[in-house]
Amino acid sequence: MANALEITGKKTLSYAEYFGSLNIQLWATLRAMPAALPLVGNRHRWRAAIYQMLDIGVTALPMVALLAMCSGFILAMQGAAELRRFGALHYVIDLVAVGFSRELGPLITAIAVSGRSGSAFAAEIGTMRVTEEIDALKVMAFEPVEFLLAPKYLAALIAVPCLTVVSNVFGILAGGLFMFFSTHLSLPLYFHYVLTSIELRDIVMGMIKSLAFATIIVQVGCLEGFRVRGGSDAVGRSATTAVVRSTFLVIVADAIFTAIFYSIGKM
Amino acid sequence: MSIISVRDLVVEYDGRRILDGVNLDIEQGEIMVLLGGSGSGKSTLLRQILGLERPKSGSIFIKGTDMTRCSQAELNRTRRSLGVAFQSGALFNSLTIKENVALNLREHTALAPSIIDLMVWTKLAVVGLADFGDLHPRELSGGMKKRAAVARALALDPEILVLDEPSAGLDPIVAGELDELILFLKGALQITGLVVTHELPSAFRIADRIAMLFKGKLLEVGTKEEIRASQHPEVRKFLNRTADNPVHAPALAAYLERYVQNQGAKS
Repeated sequence: MANALEITGKKTLSYAEYFGSLNIQLWATLRAMPAALPLVGNRHRWRAAIYQMLDIGVTALPMVALLAMCSGFILAMQGAAELRRFGALHYVIDLVAVGFSRELGPLITAIAVSGRSGSAFAAEIGTMRVTEEIDALKVMAFEPVEFLLAPKYLAALIAVPCLTVVSNVFGILAGGLFMFFSTHLSLPLYFHYVLTSIELRDIVMGMIKSLAFATIIVQVGCLEGFRVRGGSDAVGRSATTAVVRSTFLVIVADAIFTAIFYSIGKM
Repeated sequence: MSIISVRDLVVEYDGRRILDGVNLDIEQGEIMVLLGGSGSGKSTLLRQILGLERPKSGSIFIKGTDMTRCSQAELNRTRRSLGVAFQSGALFNSLTIKENVALNLREHTALAPSIIDLMVWTKLAVVGLADFGDLHPRELSGGMKKRAAVARALALDPEILVLDEPSAGLDPIVAGELDELILFLKGALQITGLVVTHELPSAFRIADRIAMLFKGKLLEVGTKEEIRASQHPEVRKFLNRTADNPVHAPALAAYLERYVQNQGAKS
């Protein structure tokens, strides 16, 4: 009994410590952010941020687009199978449009980015810890948070919402293709219906979510990297942990945001 | 006034005492070699002097600034008079050798790019790597990496050069070259050197004074001759390369006998 309590207590403390470090790191990053901004900040950080944007955003485009197309088809087909029975096939358009702009677009993007970039951040920073590069940065009077984290965070805050828009477009396009092949609804007319069914609020909610997801992915990925102790095996583990934890936290955060938006929407 | 002075430094990790009341003074223009076996605490002492970790008690003054209590801004200011080459080189793998050396100049000075290029070239020429500036660290051999790390450490013309295990993992000829480089730098630049090593030939070649560390305590600090003449049993053991626990032959024989008997009883 005492043992069970002890284990519970230890686990709770370790989670509390983890979220504490995550918060401390987030605040440190926010304080360092001005240095990464263009014009007012350090131009080397801004250049690093642009490289990161290309890496997080542009190279992930094909993958995110394909994932969104697939999920769009799945959503449309699963929805159509049920809705057809009630003769309400045209509701597939609403389902795909609203489902993607509010929910699936940000979520699919976040999962793709967490798998591609979250693990890369952890591995990069973890390797730099193992090879003493982080110590070298410190003794060369650079702040690791400003030097490494701020450009990544800025890049993610710009690239992830952009990717979310792309994912929305491709998901909804897949729904349109499905409608075209199953009911011969023309694509222009489909997009007209889509625009009447989604509101600006849906898009804004999706964008707020994607900003939160970007924060989670970058902060968790980098924290896992900074926590690497020991050798190269620890780097590999940190990359895995980064993906697992950030995906988990993204879904939890998604549930919380959706609950908040849902209760606001009812009022 | 010494350029570096360590006062009553105590460091503990999880209750284990790593450094126990270390006092050390390093004078301007001398090369101090920190000699000690593995686990003697020499790397810990180095990390303390660089301000990478904070001690349990005691203080470290570099040019009058207490590294253990000063603010981050003061720490960074003091660090600019330190050039550090880490054991593994700790070159930034994403940058070329030139960019590694230029990083400090580009970010901490307002020099024109053409002047920075020239300065980088001279630093690389000093360590004999002028033709290798465009390579990445992974394309260099171990010895070249260490020399590149020295070039980077020299970038801002530091008053103090800190080298962590410069000859570890190098063949005797390359290690010898590195020793000559250190002596050359001392002669040419009147630089103060702090070199951590466990290699005796290298230590006695380059040192003005040697500090002998054993189990977290300084046993002896003195010139080469004083260390050679030391009657301290641990210093003698280190200099004569006597093993601490030679395998106790009767105990081993008894163990093997028991093992064979057990195996026999089983079968």
